[in-house]
Amino acid sequence: MNNKTIRWATIVLSLLAILVIAGVVALGTGSTHISVSDILKTLLSGEQTANHTILMDIRLPRIILAFAVGGALSLAGAILQGIFRNPLVEPYTLGISGGASLGVCMTIVLKLYAIVGVIAYPISGFIGAALTILIVYGISSRKEGLRIQGMLLIGVMISFISSSIVMLIMSVSRSEDIHGIVFWVMGSLEEPNEFLIKMTVAFSMAGLVAAYFFSMNLNALALGEEEAMHLGVNVDRTKKFFFLVASVLTGICVSVAGIIGFVGLVVPHFVRMFTGSDHRILFIGSFLAGASFLIFCDTIARTIIAPLELPVGVITGIIGGSVFIYALSRKKVMW
Amino acid sequence: MVSNAVLDIKTVTVGYRKDPVLIDIDLAVAKGDLVGIIGPNGSGKTTLLKVATRILKPWAGEVMINDRSIWDVSRKDLAREIAVVSQGVESANVSVYEYILLGRFPYYSDFQFVESSKDEEIARKYMELTDTTHLKDAPMSEISGGERQLAQIARALTQEPGMVFLDEPTAHLDITHQVKVMDLIKHLNSALGLTVLMVLHDLNLASEYCSRLALLDNGRIHTAGTPHEVLTYEVIEEVYKTPVVVEKNPLSNKPFVLLVTADEIARAKEGE
Repeated sequence: MNNKTIRWATIVLSLLAILVIAGVVALGTGSTHISVSDILKTLLSGEQTANHTILMDIRLPRIILAFAVGGALSLAGAILQGIFRNPLVEPYTLGISGGASLGVCMTIVLKLYAIVGVIAYPISGFIGAALTILIVYGISSRKEGLRIQGMLLIGVMISFISSSIVMLIMSVSRSEDIHGIVFWVMGSLEEPNEFLIKMTVAFSMAGLVAAYFFSMNLNALALGEEEAMHLGVNVDRTKKFFFLVASVLTGICVSVAGIIGFVGLVVPHFVRMFTGSDHRILFIGSFLAGASFLIFCDTIARTIIAPLELPVGVITGIIGGSVFIYALSRKKVMW
Repeated sequence: MVSNAVLDIKTVTVGYRKDPVLIDIDLAVAKGDLVGIIGPNGSGKTTLLKVATRILKPWAGEVMINDRSIWDVSRKDLAREIAVVSQGVESANVSVYEYILLGRFPYYSDFQFVESSKDEEIARKYMELTDTTHLKDAPMSEISGGERQLAQIARALTQEPGMVFLDEPTAHLDITHQVKVMDLIKHLNSALGLTVLMVLHDLNLASEYCSRLALLDNGRIHTAGTPHEVLTYEVIEEVYKTPVVVEKNPLSNKPFVLLVTADEIARAKEGE
């Protein structure tokens, strides 16, 4: 084993340990405090006590969703920062969240949920996200390849257009509809549908595995597109592949959990300080750190003003932003 | 025409938008050649490298390596045959060693994401050869221009190619580093048998180091041949549109081009 293997193993093991700690703390924290030994006892005995219900039916699904969404958003951020070679890109920059919000907004105003049930929100969110992906991709895709900087601008413009339309719809909506829209836009990890949670977990894990197939290509791409071509990288295929992976990950997260900002921007950036910019460690590092970060933020969001709950996006923004500014002032982030 | 050409550019015309930058270019490079491409700014030197490395597709004509069109060879296969040292790599946040190791990329299988110990051994070998071992852990963005050029050459060698193309390898370097880089390239050519094609601005470096030169003018090859054939007073004045004095380097006997300032021209005219 060489130094790099040892260093990477240390990083992954530390992040796994942090993830486990975050998970256990989140399980124990809430209106009913449950100690670690009680958690173990309850889980191992399997008896249908009140604690068992709280842990298994209320807290655990939420923690699992936070794991999947936090990991996926952070991974999508790492991927997009890599293909755009720009540290300020995040999953929402491509307009995907805008498209998803517009979809959900339509569902609320047109009362589609009355026809198909609560699953109408994630479905319409995903349709909005998918349409945005197709539009951005369609406009930026040319015979000579994917125009990557143009793609960024188109994404930003689509964000503006869709948020304007959302505001337009809100300004002519009834107040209870407005509340529904605002609540969704702020993002929440409360998801009663077990199938959606499982699907999010499956997609985020699949995204992580898929990202590794082209991780070396992305490392070479960091040297510039022509340089990567000289090394034998199929630049166009690499960009398209990662664009699709990042879009699907973001689309799923936005549809299930609404808009949770900062995770995809701050976490990969923060992880890069410790791992360097080799995507082989950055991907897994960002995934694990993003998962822990969102579990941690969600725990605060649901306990800090209990019995009320704050939107988790508020917490990720405040904590993420401040920790990041502190970290930037302490250590140089290199690109 | 060179019969055993490893690179054969056949009547290639290419450009970026509507107007062609290169017109009907014919250039054959034999195995073990050290060819310099020279010419004024905008004459199409860099474009020639781009069309020869599959960055640009020719509008007409063909580029062949080892008797196959480069467009019929996969990108990875091409990268095992041709390594490119371009003008300045983007300062990505990678250490010199990681950068050089990326030269093994063409040898990785499709879903491989861990390098083998053999890859690392090859990278280390060429770091030693290029005298970059001591820079191993330094970030690419923090080393000097000369060191970066050497690291780029080490990365190119790590690709274990048959040919290396270099785009102005001595740009922005002081004379110490110019000579160091060019001596290294010459050594690679003579000792390792690498075929070298390089774009050069400095006519005197081209004269000293290259076995053959191709002088581009307005997208066409004006003159091609040995430095003695290409670097003559008449040819240079016609292409560069400035008077020069061509002497012989007393040590190497190669042509040596001296500039003539406007003041000198005025003085010469007064004297007439």
